[in-house]
Order: sequence, then C-alpha cells, then structure tokens
Amino acid sequence: MPASPDSTASPVRRALYAFPLLALASVAFYTLFSSVAYQWSWDGVWRYRQQFGYGWLTTMGLSLVAMIVSIALGFLLMLGRRSPWEPVRMFCGGVVELVRGSPLLVQLLIGHYIIANALRIDQPIFTGIILLGCFEGAYLAEIFRGAVESISASQLETARAVGFDKVQTYRFVIIPQALRRALPGTTGQLVSLIKDSSLLSVIGIEELVQKVKIMNAATYKPLEGFLPLALAYLIVTLPLSHLARRLEGRFAYET
Amino acid sequence: MKLEAQTVTKRYGAHAALDGASFATDAEARVIALLGPSGGGKSTLLRVLGSLLVPDAGSVSIDARTLPHDESGALLERRANGFVFQGYNLFPHLTALQNITLPLQEVHGMTNAQATQRALELLHRLGLEGHEHKRPSQLSGGQQQRAAIARALAPKPRLLLLDEPTSALDPVMTGEVLDVVRELAEAGQSIILATHEISFARKVADWVVFLAAGKAAESSSAADFFNRPQTQLAQQYLDGLSKYR
Repeated sequence: MPASPDSTASPVRRALYAFPLLALASVAFYTLFSSVAYQWSWDGVWRYRQQFGYGWLTTMGLSLVAMIVSIALGFLLMLGRRSPWEPVRMFCGGVVELVRGSPLLVQLLIGHYIIANALRIDQPIFTGIILLGCFEGAYLAEIFRGAVESISASQLETARAVGFDKVQTYRFVIIPQALRRALPGTTGQLVSLIKDSSLLSVIGIEELVQKVKIMNAATYKPLEGFLPLALAYLIVTLPLSHLARRLEGRFAYET
Repeated sequence: MKLEAQTVTKRYGAHAALDGASFATDAEARVIALLGPSGGGKSTLLRVLGSLLVPDAGSVSIDARTLPHDESGALLERRANGFVFQGYNLFPHLTALQNITLPLQEVHGMTNAQATQRALELLHRLGLEGHEHKRPSQLSGGQQQRAAIARALAPKPRLLLLDEPTSALDPVMTGEVLDVVRELAEAGQSIILATHEISFARKVADWVVFLAAGKAAESSSAADFFNRPQTQLAQQYLDGLSKYR
C-alpha cells in the first residue's frame, strides 16, 4: 500500500503549515463577512440554545439509527445484486438505481405523504429514519459491491480449496478483505448521511435545521442561526473522518 | 491409488479445456505427474480430480469410487483433499499460522489448541520457525509456498494436489519447495502434481499423464514415459524441456 499522505510530513512541519493557512482563511472569512452590510445580533441564538441542543441531539440520534439501517440494507442489497437468481438481482439492481437516481427530497415527500400515509404510519421520525437509511443504503450497496467484487478469483478458489462453504467464504475471506477496501467510501457516505439528515425538516421532523429555521423566524434574524448550525455538523463529521483514517491504518496490510 | 477418467470434458465458454480426456492409472500409482504443454488442460484436470471443478461431461473415479457432481458432495470431497496453487494463495489478511488454523477450526472442527499445535508442528517441519506470525506479504515467495503446503497438509489430506507450485518462484525458492514435495512423496503422501519441472517429475513421480489439447495423449508409468514416450508430441515436449537443463 502506498504511504498515506499523512505519514509523509512530520507533525511539526504540518503545524508550521497550519498556522499561515488558518490565518489566511480567517482573514478571507473576516473580509467577506464585513463586506456585507448586516447587523449581526447573537441574542436570538443564545436564547434558543436549548432548542438548538435538542435539535442537535435529534439529528445525531436519528442519523445514528439511520446509519445502522443503511449499513444493514446496503449489505442486503449487495448480496441481492450478487444473488444466483435473476429476479432477485433485477429487483435489487432496480431499487439501487431508482434510489440513487432520484433526489432525496422527492423520496422524502413521496415516502412521507404517500407511502407512510397509505400504510397509516404517523411517526415522521420513524419514516424519516427508514427513508434516509434506504437512500444512503443504496449508495453503500454499490460501495460494498465494488469492494466484494475486487476480491480476486484466486482468493475465492482458495476458499473453496480449503473447504469453506459459501457462508464461510463470505465470513472468513470476502468480508474481512472487502471491509478494508470499503472503509473510505463507507465513512464518506456516513458523513453524507449526517448532512443529508438536514432534509428531514421537510417532513416536519424538528431536527437541527428545522430548529434553526424556527429560531430564525421567531427572532426575525435570517442568518445568525446558520453559523452555529454549520459548526454543529462539523463537530461530528470531522472527528468521524479522523476516526475513519485511523481505522484504515489499523486494517492496512499489503496484499 | 487408481485414477480413472472417462471422456472428461470441461468447457470455459466456447473453449474446451478438457476435451474428452480418458485415461487410467495403475492401482499402485501414488505420485502422479500431469505433464504437457501450457493450455493442454493440466490445471483443469487437476481441479477436476480434486473436486474443485465438476466436469461438464464424463466421470472420474478414484479407487473405483466415482466423484460426485453435486455441489455438496464435491464440497465433502474437497475437504478431504489439500491444494497448493501456482500463485500466492494464502489469505493476505491472516498470519501464516492463522492461514492454517482457520480451516482446521472452521472446516475440520478442531479446537483452537489442537489447530495451533498441528499448525506449529507443520510450520516447523517445513522450516518456517520464527515466521509463524508474519503476514504473507512479509514472507518470501518460497516461504509463502511452504506455508501454503503446510496449510494443505494440516488436515491430513487423502490426496495432495499441487498445481505448478514452483512456476512463480526463482530457482533457489523452487529448490526449497521441491525438497518439501519430495520429502512428502517419500513419506508416502498421495500426490497429484501438475508441473513443467520434468527432471523433478522424473525423480519423484511413479505415474505420468501427458495432456495435450484437452486430451490425455499418454498415461503410463514414469519409467516408461521418460524412457520410451509413445507419441511424437510427448517426445518433442521432453526434448524441448530438457534442451537447456
């Protein structure tokens, strides 16, 4: 495996680079913001801090459950696309293409106002988690499929030669090796999932974005809420990306 | 061991890798070499004999027992055999030791302690002491092949099948691996070996099946084959291979 860019520069040198980069970014940011003639007022944001907190917890909670749903569903769809039965392959392929090919917003509206309504499900959070899980699961299915199909034919033959059956081949040969190859794509997708959860505001879930919209409306301040909003996402997504890189390092071995 | 093949055919798309191959060996044949030009069907026949592939037509029997063609029957057959392939077919995410213990535990029902003991015994016997906990990428080609042989031997297979086990190795590593195979042959292990190393085959094999264009052109005792090849094809093959060695 080629050395990751992280390992090529020493931490000291990286810190030296970081200083001017941060300074440059701050200056650019300040210049841009001060050029807009806008009276910033942060009282509203502060007054709504508790609601903001609830919104953040809702976002993270439903994202976490949706992640589990999406990983399980992505795995099943991947297996389905590799099934020996043509109708199963066609069904799973069709689901993946439809879900990946249409906007999440449309899926949320149809899923909530038509499908959930028809099934008499009156729990927007439940519906939202399932829809978000399906959406990201379709992407994960393709990431998983790419990783599984990258396992060489000689590995599969060896698995048969040592006497593994199908399930054992997946468990001991395919999944451990595919996991490492799927990891970068998967964590990227999970970061997307957290951000995509912001769209759940359209079906009336009071997650973070919805709370900020309510706050902006109540305080007649259209902009202030969005800065802490961006921070609230970054607080989770940046450490997640970092964790992913460390996990990749742990799974690294030469093939 | 008496091997018998009757009009065995195996196709890959339009190409017939085995095209009605028929032959029979002596009941005393214990180390059988599959020889012949590349693309002649050696690897495919080896896989059919080891139940790793099921033929499209024809049948194979070993000691008068016909090999099953259904997947679950073939799986049981495979579990009684040991395979070593041309490439480096160890599992890259496992250490040398784990490569051996995993099938012992999961396929052959050994406990962790039993499997580890058996694996260490074989790794040491094959000269891999001190390399037990290395991943395949940390081993040389010859060490990898010896670890692969250790894995194949660990469940005490009825039949050890080797598919050109040295063709990816340099001469020194080739020597290391062939020494091991020779010791096994001398210790009484039943072996089927597809190879281009004819001087080695001449030393260890007691039976030769010569394959060309998907058919068994000759099947005779090693002494007969090397001293009095019956077909012109085999004669040319032997001359060609012994030209520079």
